[in-house]
Amino acid sequence: MAEDEEEEGRGDTPPPPFSDQVLENVLENVLQFLSCRRDRNSASLVCRSWYAAESQTRHDLFVGNMYAVSPYRAISRFRRVRALVLKGKPRFADFGLVPFGWGAGFASWANAISPNCPSLERLTLKRITVSDADLSLLARSLPFFRDLTLLCCDGFGTLGLAAIAENCKRLRVLDLIDNVLIDEEEEELVDWVSRFPASPTCLESLAFECIDVEVNFVALEALVARSPSLRRLRVNQHVSIGQLRRLMARAPQLTHLGTGAFGSGGGVLVVGDLESAFASSRSMVCLSGFRELDPEYLPAIYPVCGNLTSINFSYTDISVEQLKPIILQCHNLQTFWVLDTVRDEGLQAVAETCKDLRELRVFPLHPTEDSEGSVSDFGLIAISKGCRKLESILYFCQRMTNAAVVTMSKNCPELVVFRLCIMGRHRPDRITREAMDEGFGAIVMNCKKLTRLAVSGLLTDKAFEYIGKYGKSVRTLSVAFAGNSDLGLRYVLEGCPKLQKLEIRDSPFGDAGLLSGIHHFYNMRFLWMSSCRLTRSGCMEVARRLPGLVVEVIGDRYLDEENQAIEKLYMYRSLAGPREDAPPFVKIL
Amino acid sequence: MEAILDNFKFKAARALTELTLGPPGVIAPEKSSVVGQKCNKRALPEKNDGATSPVAKAQVVGWPPVRAYRMNSFRARKGEVDDDGCGIYVKVSMDGAPYLRKVDLKAYNGYKELRGALEDMFKCCSLGGEEGYDESEYAITYEDKDGDWMLVGDVPWGMFISSCKRMRIMKGSEARGLSSSA
Repeated sequence: MAEDEEEEGRGDTPPPPFSDQVLENVLENVLQFLSCRRDRNSASLVCRSWYAAESQTRHDLFVGNMYAVSPYRAISRFRRVRALVLKGKPRFADFGLVPFGWGAGFASWANAISPNCPSLERLTLKRITVSDADLSLLARSLPFFRDLTLLCCDGFGTLGLAAIAENCKRLRVLDLIDNVLIDEEEEELVDWVSRFPASPTCLESLAFECIDVEVNFVALEALVARSPSLRRLRVNQHVSIGQLRRLMARAPQLTHLGTGAFGSGGGVLVVGDLESAFASSRSMVCLSGFRELDPEYLPAIYPVCGNLTSINFSYTDISVEQLKPIILQCHNLQTFWVLDTVRDEGLQAVAETCKDLRELRVFPLHPTEDSEGSVSDFGLIAISKGCRKLESILYFCQRMTNAAVVTMSKNCPELVVFRLCIMGRHRPDRITREAMDEGFGAIVMNCKKLTRLAVSGLLTDKAFEYIGKYGKSVRTLSVAFAGNSDLGLRYVLEGCPKLQKLEIRDSPFGDAGLLSGIHHFYNMRFLWMSSCRLTRSGCMEVARRLPGLVVEVIGDRYLDEENQAIEKLYMYRSLAGPREDAPPFVKIL
Repeated sequence: MEAILDNFKFKAARALTELTLGPPGVIAPEKSSVVGQKCNKRALPEKNDGATSPVAKAQVVGWPPVRAYRMNSFRARKGEVDDDGCGIYVKVSMDGAPYLRKVDLKAYNGYKELRGALEDMFKCCSLGGEEGYDESEYAITYEDKDGDWMLVGDVPWGMFISSCKRMRIMKGSEARGLSSSA
């Protein structure tokens, strides 16, 4: 990819003659309008002056793998960057497959950014370990810092948040989503909400649902009251429903609301009072939270249902009966996250009303292989019939049929993301007892816009043959407990030219399958394979033939023998070479 | 009376000709018919323990793929042990490690597996495998419901998981002298 091609010694060339200077200025002015990073990558390949102009004008830098490039290199190329997105650990880290201490620490980037990136305004970090010290460093070094978004990160606590609140005078966005904070003892906890400056703030978005400690409510209410630009407020479960009502009264202009507990702990609140608060929120389009839902209060949201485009009920075990009266009013719903407690019947209700639905996620209440499972192929079919504009689906279930998946593939041609998780490993079609090959085959065949696919259930190499043959746009593929032989992996690596991210676990793919991707690995962001049939010699072969890849073997302490099976392989292209912060249990080949 | 006696004779006669696996003269007890009643789960295709009530399958790490954050936030709410396989998450601290971890005690079948998992988890803090490493240099302890700190491994596994509130891995001099036999 273009962002990785670079010439050494750029800074040493003599200043260009006058006409080149003019050209560069013109070019810079034109390139300002180019926002898509792939276009920019292409533009930078044209010639040196285009490369230089593009580097000077790129404001949004996206680094999909923080180990692909050294921070100094990235920052010295893009000196005027204003927004940085950085991603760290591989996605399977979310499921405990990456051992503690593997890496993805933010410190080296923080140290590179703070003196060299004075223009940085926005930072988004995903699956990265960020310490309080890192946050403090950024907060104190970056005068224009406005937006901080932390997704699935860890390593920080209330001390770091206080540093941000206190020092970032222009803070507009502080979104903390699905992070795991460090455990702080009572006496270590900092009242970060009180640290915001006393004057009116520029805050537009404040999300702290993942902060599992009580915040100072008086300070929070005062903060909301002096933040006239606040549009998105997502509070944690320690904010009671009575407190929520007070916050809503202070901010009737909210568009996004994370409702905290929404339960009956702590004080009495009449449903009618809460309903008035919602009635006054004329701009509300997104609701989430409901962390300790008392269903008695649900009717309070009726006034906004008609305008809602997004609802997240996935943290509460809401039943069909509780869902129906709400969902039947949500004609404009586009995004819906829910637990499977609503059952197929609940999904039917969604299908009947939400004709504009684009994204659906159904999570399991009991995420185990042998739980009851409350949604099935019936729910999937119902959704496919009612929600023809569906673009993205994540569906956890215990029972599924090929027929249902085929039906969805035909009814929902707009699908870009299809992630089906049949929770029982190797589970076949519940009626025909056949493998789920045909269903997933139909998805790749019929959904021409599909870029992300996650497969499950009993799958043979045939499924992968379909993916390789028809999945020409697939960029991300997740595989678990599937396939019969190396052929399966070969089909995918040879057939999917756009494949960038491939994560596989517990599947019988070995060295031969791995080696069939040699021609393609430089075009990929990463490959993860764990509990497959790889051996040391296969991985060494890849490392030898592709020096631009970093090939990490995780967990196996001693690699003595050629044919020694390896447990976890994580490999990625990189300009930075083997990383220096690899822990003892990571061997870089 | 007659009918009852006849009935009894009939049953006795039947019992004599009944095929059993025991030696002659021994009457095999009737098989318990309790099997199906407690179980409202689907029979797993690969294994069906007919004689006892089904044991929840030991969970595979990270499967189904639900983010730890999501699982923990729901568990933390419930706060107590769920019998339908929901998992018991307890904090694990290790002396010297910068962060605590959480483990699901239900994911393991016994102490050996738990130890193995903890070793894996704290690899970077050299819980296992360094040169010259001595196994008695660490001890795994837990806080029970009474607030006392106990050595892991003394009580039956089932009793342990129902009374364990959190764990701590002690290293070095504090651990020396504590028996760590599995």
